[in-house]
Amino acid sequence: MKTFRIGGVHPEGNKLSARKAICKAALPEQAVFLLLQHIGIQAIPIVKKGDMVKVGTKIAESGGFVSAPVFSSVSGKVNKIDNAIDASGYRKLAIFIDVEGDEWEKTIDRTPDLVKECCLTSEEIIEKIKDAGVVGMGGACFPTHVKLTPPPMCKAECLIVNGVECEPYLTADYRLMLEKTDEILVGVAILMKAVKVNKAYIGIENNKLDAIRLMKEKASAYFGIEIVPLRVKYPQGGEKQLIDAIIHRRVPAPPALPVHVGAIVQNVGTVFAVYEAVQKNKPLFERVVTVTGKSLTRPSNFLTRIGTPMSQLINAAGGLPEDTGKIIGGGPMMGKALATVEVPVCKGTSGVLLMSEKDSRRMIPQPCIRCAKCVDVCPMGLEPYLLATYSAHGDWERVEHEMIMSCIECGSCQFTCPSFRPILDYIRLGKGKVGGIIRIRNEKK
Amino acid sequence: MGLIVVAVISLGSIGLISAMILYGASKKFAVYEDSRIKKVLEVLPQANCGGCGYPGCAGFASACVKATSLEGKLCPVGGQNTMEKVASVLGLKVEVTEPFVAVVRCNGTCSNRPQQTLYDGVRSCAIINSIYGGETGCMFGCLSCGDCVDACQFGGIRMNRETGLPEIDEDMCTACGACAKACPRNIIELRPKGKNNHRVYVQCVNNDKGVLARKACSVACIDCGKCVKVCPFEAITLENNVAYIDPMKCKLCRKCEMECPQDAIVAVNFPPRKVKNEI
Repeated sequence: MKTFRIGGVHPEGNKLSARKAICKAALPEQAVFLLLQHIGIQAIPIVKKGDMVKVGTKIAESGGFVSAPVFSSVSGKVNKIDNAIDASGYRKLAIFIDVEGDEWEKTIDRTPDLVKECCLTSEEIIEKIKDAGVVGMGGACFPTHVKLTPPPMCKAECLIVNGVECEPYLTADYRLMLEKTDEILVGVAILMKAVKVNKAYIGIENNKLDAIRLMKEKASAYFGIEIVPLRVKYPQGGEKQLIDAIIHRRVPAPPALPVHVGAIVQNVGTVFAVYEAVQKNKPLFERVVTVTGKSLTRPSNFLTRIGTPMSQLINAAGGLPEDTGKIIGGGPMMGKALATVEVPVCKGTSGVLLMSEKDSRRMIPQPCIRCAKCVDVCPMGLEPYLLATYSAHGDWERVEHEMIMSCIECGSCQFTCPSFRPILDYIRLGKGKVGGIIRIRNEKK
Repeated sequence: MGLIVVAVISLGSIGLISAMILYGASKKFAVYEDSRIKKVLEVLPQANCGGCGYPGCAGFASACVKATSLEGKLCPVGGQNTMEKVASVLGLKVEVTEPFVAVVRCNGTCSNRPQQTLYDGVRSCAIINSIYGGETGCMFGCLSCGDCVDACQFGGIRMNRETGLPEIDEDMCTACGACAKACPRNIIELRPKGKNNHRVYVQCVNNDKGVLARKACSVACIDCGKCVKVCPFEAITLENNVAYIDPMKCKLCRKCEMECPQDAIVAVNFPPRKVKNEI
């Protein structure tokens, strides 16, 4: 069975909510829409205090090419445009909307019927995706239309759809593949048309056997879609790892993009959002969020309106357990501990994980024993111990030379370290600094 | 006998040719170095801290030798004395410069600024700042991990365990600026030492609006603007919801300190105020 060739770890799956069907979360009393829910330029608000909005009304315009508009997920009145705490714990500009009723924009097709036909051209599809504010929903939130517009001289050869969900605990993509199989397949066909390729692979790890079976069964009706079962290994959901696993090509170091080796990768959540945007005229304003944790009474998968505070989801899943040590936005490997539960759900929020005090406690770091386990597991073939040491000493030239910018921050090194060293913390610091240095250097040129 | 003669002649000629090549090379590739650089370097303190803005003392020395005047050039470690020595070596006039000192613009002690979250990762300000807002509600204040203490090579800063804030030793501080550069939140500022070491400054950098700032910290600047109104010298400006006292305009009258409702303005090294007799 296929998998990526270097590195990787095997964290415990803990997919507690795998058997829980997606259910709709209740509407919040007040929804908060951060203007920067994606990578790139912040969106510009186009509503003002007191304006009435409906579900699906555009409330912020895209701020540039690498940006995405924001849509209201509720109907009601704009309360204020002010700073709100985001997942990083810093205050960012956001639009607050008081919810009144649930009135949708007339243009949105709310029927559950499957719309298979799509007679738009490639440019029209990309334009529609851009206007619907679709971003990569695997977590990185890169605007999808940018990914679908490869730089000149590059030609996509195939589309790779990421149904791996290698993060422990999370089950949002898995449930989506089981419940919205046809929609995802139509979405894949639309994306194939948009990037003008006639081959698509859907990579699924073989711990989701029912999803693989169901997808295989239905994919036979579509032209050029192949389901690829993959051996379970973290971080298979990483773009570069998935390309390596499926078509055995290695993406060169940044600034090279996956499209340089002929592949365009999209998450299944994004594919579903593309289907809804193109076929149902529904902009991206809701997503599936897994709320999970070992002590939680009802781990669930919620179809949540963007802007809902996480505290509401936690209450709907049975309330905050007493032994909670950390609340993590995203999965346990790459997610971030939240400073407050009032953080609103964003386009990239794939899950909320409540970790117990015992599980989340950090061990006291011991000296590095040069066992090179981190080097073995690094899926990018880097030397994490070296990067961490250089970063700790502030030797930015050396870390750049050691290819720190290739690091995908998967955390395998820190996960495997027998000395509990904070390797990734230092690498992230170094990556931030080196990124800044490179940007300044490029501006000078 | 013949063998010895041959050996002497051949080795001698090789030596001669090599000597000529070396002589030619030393003439052609000769690097002229101003002898004054070495002399200037001798009077510098050799701290290599980079506080002057040049890469080490040697870089500063060569920049001084090349320059036509010493304007804007200052060795913060040696101060006025060293600059006078440099000037005498180069035969230039020395600029009279005011000595500077680093100040910590945050008074968020454990009691002033209650802790809201617990951070159990690496004790490094740079890392905390890059991942989240910090353990308290203030997203601009001191992170109390001591990156500045590590950066100081003169032993001029130490961490006060009780307050959780760095304290600067005025006598040890050379105003090289290493701590200000190490602080990821730009809390440390270099300010003129002032007359008799008297200084007045705003001990807060919180850019949040007044309500939020006060919620996070009991001594935060709340952007009320009272100090701006009371200042007779127009030395105080409000920008990004925080007041700033321009040290060049400030005449150390301490009116603002009295006026501030949050006690965010501090006056250091002043004699205690005379208590007015109650009538």
